[in-house]
Amino acid sequence: MGSTNSTLSKIPNVEELMRETGFSPAHIVRLYDRFESLDKEKTGHLRPEDFGAINRLAMNPIGDRIIGAFFSSGQDTVDFHSFVRILAHFRPAENNRPRDPSLPEPVNSRISKLKFAFQLYDLDKDGKISRAELLQVLRSMMEMQVTEEQLESIADRTIQEADLDRDDAISFEEFRKVPLGDTLTLTQQRVASK
Amino acid sequence: MLVGATSHSPTGSRGFMERGFLLLVVLMFLEGTVFPLGAASSPDINNYTFPKKAFPVLSLDYGHIQMPFEISLWVLLASLMKLGFHLIPRLSGIVPESCLLIVVGLLVGGLIKLAGEEVPPVLDSKLFFLCLLPPIILDAGYFLPIRPFMENIGTILMFAVIGTLWNAFFVGGLLFAVCQIEGTHLSQVELLPCLLFGSIISAVDPVAVLAVFEEIHINELLHILVFGESLLNDAVTVVLYHLFEEYSGAGEVTLMDAFLGVICFLIVSLGGVAVGAIYGILAAFTSRFTSHTRVIEPLFVFVYSYMAYLSAEMFHLSGIMALIACGAVTRPYVEANISHKSHTTIKYFLKMWSSVSETLIFIFLGVATVAGPHAWNWTFVSVTVILCLVSRVIGVVGLTFIINKFRIVKLTTKDQFIVAYGGLRGAIAFSLGYLLDKDHFPMRTMFLTAIITEIFFTVFVQGMTIKPLVDLLAVKKKQEAKRSINEEIHTQFLDHLLTGIEDICGHYGHHHWKDKLNRFNKKYIKKCLIAGERYKEPQLIAFYHKMEFKQAIELVESGGGVKMPAAMPLQVSMQNIQPKKQPPMAADRALPQFTKNREEEIRKILRSNLQKTRQRLRSYNRHTLVADPYEDGWSEYMLKKQRMIELEKKVSNYLTVPAAPSDSPTMRRARLASDPNAFYTIKAPPGNVPTIQVELASPQSPDSVNLVDEFSKKGGSSQKNTDDRKEEQGRMMKPPSAGKGGKGEEEEEEEEGENKNPGLLRCLSDPGPSNEDEEDEPFLP
Repeated sequence: MGSTNSTLSKIPNVEELMRETGFSPAHIVRLYDRFESLDKEKTGHLRPEDFGAINRLAMNPIGDRIIGAFFSSGQDTVDFHSFVRILAHFRPAENNRPRDPSLPEPVNSRISKLKFAFQLYDLDKDGKISRAELLQVLRSMMEMQVTEEQLESIADRTIQEADLDRDDAISFEEFRKVPLGDTLTLTQQRVASK
Repeated sequence: MLVGATSHSPTGSRGFMERGFLLLVVLMFLEGTVFPLGAASSPDINNYTFPKKAFPVLSLDYGHIQMPFEISLWVLLASLMKLGFHLIPRLSGIVPESCLLIVVGLLVGGLIKLAGEEVPPVLDSKLFFLCLLPPIILDAGYFLPIRPFMENIGTILMFAVIGTLWNAFFVGGLLFAVCQIEGTHLSQVELLPCLLFGSIISAVDPVAVLAVFEEIHINELLHILVFGESLLNDAVTVVLYHLFEEYSGAGEVTLMDAFLGVICFLIVSLGGVAVGAIYGILAAFTSRFTSHTRVIEPLFVFVYSYMAYLSAEMFHLSGIMALIACGAVTRPYVEANISHKSHTTIKYFLKMWSSVSETLIFIFLGVATVAGPHAWNWTFVSVTVILCLVSRVIGVVGLTFIINKFRIVKLTTKDQFIVAYGGLRGAIAFSLGYLLDKDHFPMRTMFLTAIITEIFFTVFVQGMTIKPLVDLLAVKKKQEAKRSINEEIHTQFLDHLLTGIEDICGHYGHHHWKDKLNRFNKKYIKKCLIAGERYKEPQLIAFYHKMEFKQAIELVESGGGVKMPAAMPLQVSMQNIQPKKQPPMAADRALPQFTKNREEEIRKILRSNLQKTRQRLRSYNRHTLVADPYEDGWSEYMLKKQRMIELEKKVSNYLTVPAAPSDSPTMRRARLASDPNAFYTIKAPPGNVPTIQVELASPQSPDSVNLVDEFSKKGGSSQKNTDDRKEEQGRMMKPPSAGKGGKGEEEEEEEEGENKNPGLLRCLSDPGPSNEDEEDEPFLP
């Protein structure tokens, strides 16, 4: 489509982006349109406030964490490339093809998705979900309807269930072991497909 | 002593046994000793004198109770058969229950025929559709696992609608073609009856599927696919059946009719679901107000659901879909409202009814096989069987090919095979065939024969071989993994995450709508339908409580708190469960350490102790569910008790208020309830990690076992009370007052009692009789 190509040409390094993330040109274009619509002031970068303008995200209990994930490396703006790279985590994985083990883990594999989720828990980035971090997550998810003490019991129990090496925190390895069923693999296709 | 036997004209159908008994009686005594009640028969009373007879001390009046008696006899037969099968262990492993039941039906039918009696038309369509089918479907709908169902709804609908259509037309069409072949003597069978036959036989039957799949334990995905398909294809079947039946007389179906048929399909299915949903909401709403009459709570669920079914059938909508919708809609709200006992009642009644229904259906299938007029036609029957298989396979493979393009978790070849092979036909097909009008369909008997053969083939051959095939193909079995709280939390977290990402992309995806539905649910619906404050309780908390309970019961089962003669070995094992920092979770990990024998031992001991105390119970009350220690209900009672103790201990850290001894019923009940403290002590460990240390002998052991059983007797009402109270508040986990030790807790409870009167209403509203018992027996010395 003509418009696709023209839009594509506006984006610098688009082939590299496509290769890295595995998105098709149509997807990239769609994401670019979205990026532009979010970027009200046309600066070519998104700031946290732009994300905050998405109403539904504001209602999401972990909305601010998600936003934080986009700005992970300490910058306060995110350009299109980073935007796409992060969203690439949620492209559906092609599970059936046997992967060449020497290649790096594709960015949208199950592990990467889990790692992304893990990073949302682990705010101080020490590679473990400590009890305090877990409590914070629980607090935000529970929408203020439970007592501190209930939260603490839940947090305790959660850690004890998952914590295999008894260090009172959940590492990524332990996190991986939780059988999450098909939650992760479902419908992320929709994220990019429409 | 003369015994008068009333003779009565043989009414239509009688069971063999009843006839035999009657025969016996009549043979022994003279017939004709009619003893009219009253002399009203003769107008001319003056001239007519009764021959003097002795007053009949004992008389037989079979006709009076014939109908219910026969029904009861059949039900009894079915239940005894079910018992019997499980006594023959090897048999039930090889042959699925449904096959055995059909064989029994064949035998019974044969016996009846031998006795020269006319076999009753037991699989009469009215009886089947109105009495036998609804319990099974309601059971399925009420316990439908919503999440997997909804996640796979697209696939299920594809199989149900398109698959059934394909099957119907393929089988019907090819059958017609075969019939046209010379030499089969079938040329009088026209196209439309063939298509009608195709539509009857193409529908996968939920009863048969349930019966067989229950025993093979395949993974959840396949189970829900086949089962969901069998439920949802009812709408298609209804429409096709009516369409072809109507127009078989007219002889042709125009395009207009086909178009109307499609519209009809939409109305039938969506209408059915709507009717079910409306009744479901009504039931939920009603249950909001039942806090004072807990005893009839289950009744509402059953009656509303049944009425949903009947209303849908009244309009020729899909009754099955109505029932499923009603059950699925009712469940979340009703469960939040009703008492624990009612929940147990509903669960067990549904299971009981559906089990009996299923058994009866299969037996009747056997009887009807023996009874029905048969018109065997080799060509027709064999072609039917082959075509059904072929069309099923082609249908599944073809559809999967298309579906896999849209699915993320693709269906593998193995899955496809199981789905295809699991397409069993059952009694619904037979009843639909039976409903056909003899005049319009002269080949009805042939159809029936073919249907029965197909049913037999699928149930026997496919039913018996599916288990070994599943093992052979190493299809993924159902994982017995318990849902952990980790899973729950992370699943919710991921849901939020994915919703957020979708929002960022500006895309209204799966999660967006799910989220929207949840919010709507929380904001409006729950408020209307759930009584009191419970609607605010977050799902995670409820889940967490459930888990704590489960854990507690495991702990108890692993040898807690019962006075046991062989205390030593248990003490040792007890210590195994109590490493320092470990939570109740340790019980989980420690449990596998118990050998089967040990567990048996423990259970035996528990059981004997409990039996002893049960003998001391005073009044039996029809309203009280006396719990059997080894069924689920008991576990749940124990769990609640355990939880209370834990809660006590957790909050004991926070309490500073001195106790005021109070003696309101609540307090007393709670105190008594919490007395199992006698055999558990929970020490507040460092780091706030809850641990439970189980002590064996306690000063009150004899009575503590009493307590244990008292709980069961009362149906754990106290726990339920405190439990409810807690759940109602949803946030404050105040403990019940403790017998020893936690004096502060009593005070808290009291003050809470004053503040939370509406909350207490729920607690105190369990059936009256239990309350009475409690007051009567102060069983604490």
